[in-house]
Amino acid sequence: MSESLISARGLTKKYGDFTAVNAIDFDVAKGESFGLLGPNGAGKSTTMRIIAATSQRTAGTISILGRDPEEHGPQIRAHLGVVPQQDNLDGELTVTENLFIYGRYFGLSKKFIRAKIEELLEFAQLEEKRNVKVDALSGGMKRRLTIARALVSEPDILMLDEPTTGLDPQARHILWDRLFRLKETGVTLVLTTHFMDEAEQLCDRLVVMDNGKIMAEGSPLELIKVYSTKEVLEVRFGSERNKEVAPILRGMCDRIEELPDRILMYVEDGEALLEEIIAKKLHPTTSLVRRSSLEDVFLRLTGRSLIE
Amino acid sequence: MSTAVEIADARANKFGHQLYAGRARAIVERSLLALRSSTWVPIATGFVEPVLYLLAFGYGMGELIGNVDFGGKTIDYTVFIAPGLLATSAMNGAIYDSTWNVFFKLNESKLYQGMLATPLGPLDVALGEITWALLRGLSYAMAFMAITAPLGLVPGVAAILAIPAAVFIAFGFASFGMAITSYFKTYQQMGMINIVLLPMFLFSGSLYPISVYPDWLEFLIKLMPSWHGIELVRDIWFSAFDNGTLIHVSYFCVMIVTGLYFTTRRLRNLFMR
Repeated sequence: MSESLISARGLTKKYGDFTAVNAIDFDVAKGESFGLLGPNGAGKSTTMRIIAATSQRTAGTISILGRDPEEHGPQIRAHLGVVPQQDNLDGELTVTENLFIYGRYFGLSKKFIRAKIEELLEFAQLEEKRNVKVDALSGGMKRRLTIARALVSEPDILMLDEPTTGLDPQARHILWDRLFRLKETGVTLVLTTHFMDEAEQLCDRLVVMDNGKIMAEGSPLELIKVYSTKEVLEVRFGSERNKEVAPILRGMCDRIEELPDRILMYVEDGEALLEEIIAKKLHPTTSLVRRSSLEDVFLRLTGRSLIE
Repeated sequence: MSTAVEIADARANKFGHQLYAGRARAIVERSLLALRSSTWVPIATGFVEPVLYLLAFGYGMGELIGNVDFGGKTIDYTVFIAPGLLATSAMNGAIYDSTWNVFFKLNESKLYQGMLATPLGPLDVALGEITWALLRGLSYAMAFMAITAPLGLVPGVAAILAIPAAVFIAFGFASFGMAITSYFKTYQQMGMINIVLLPMFLFSGSLYPISVYPDWLEFLIKLMPSWHGIELVRDIWFSAFDNGTLIHVSYFCVMIVTGLYFTTRRLRNLFMR
């Protein structure tokens, strides 16, 4: 692994008796796109806030660009671009004014910011909205503006907390495309998500979090390889018959998961298994063979679905 | 041209660099930008109110009252209430920005959260917002002076010092107002501020000397910041300085420092813990 930008050891955050983050270790390398995947309440946002030097850890160590956020909060924040889970754009200002004043918060010169704004408006595809008040923007535009705002200081690390939650599919794809371009320019991305497709699209490497702990770590492909099989056969027999059939199916492959509406069977060759099932005259009402995803990894690690 | 990192690094060894980045003016710049697109009605209201009091009490009631004894001199009632209302005007201006506006930015628009994700510290935010509030206090005081001078209510040139004095007391109110607001979570709690403010202004000697009260009430009123503010401006208005003047000044010094301390502490606990 190349130079480590962020390094955490035994990182812990408690709120009273509640442990939000429980002794986690991780490293983020320069230029990498690092993801924290997990359900709501897993401790992802808390971890993000500690990295962003806006929350103080209870125990453990963390170093960001070689510095401790407790000693050098403002210096660390100067390196970061933060995109919070909920947009906190300045509703009283226009698109351009939002970018301008955010740059001023960093102490940047007006001349520098004015030049930067043109670049950012183009990046965020908001040139035509430059003089519009942000309250009049769509959800997708607001997100793009929040990302553009985070880039005004030319950060080394861009922190994105649930970047596409609440957006429609088209807006998500536009956003992913923008983030992909950023990644190509060498910006380190740290993001949280509870969407496995987003994690697969954007993350070079990720940790799966649950209840404040890291359950597994690796690239999306590695995780699937270690914690799941190549393919998954999904079969439905109707809610009544699922229970009856499950014990028979269990003997036909290494691992099955019974979900309320369907049964997942983990195998190397899904089609072959389906033929076997049909040969036994079990006749599922519907069937689907697909590649394993991070959702399957999460199910394996926690026994639960990501989105409940 | 410095980068964001160079600018932040330059302060890394300064005392209190975690709390203050030396950029309160960026917050003031933000308010200036927002002012351009804001509605002027609430701004005008804050100024009109004391002028209405001046008209109703000075030229209305004043006809019945005639003269008042102040500092051994006999003065016209309208002249007597003018400095009190100037102080009230400045306080109104400061309070408007430091309470309701701050509450909105804290709880609704999450603006401070965004600011504190940058290298800015809580003291930058507190000082910037308070500066803006007292700029409003300043403009109200100047406007009030501009109305009272042609009416012959200003006794001398030295009374112009009432304007910096008004800004000083506005600083006290803004600082303290923001501190209290930062601890409030609901609209009901914010409503309390209005309930406290109106009687405080009415009974703190802006319209009549508080010597009319029984001793215990007079003592109570003398604990209120509004009374100290009104008396300070009145002392300057009539160049009638005594030990009391010094007490008024000290009162506001304490108010400013206490307010800044608690605002900074609270913002830090809210957004950086």
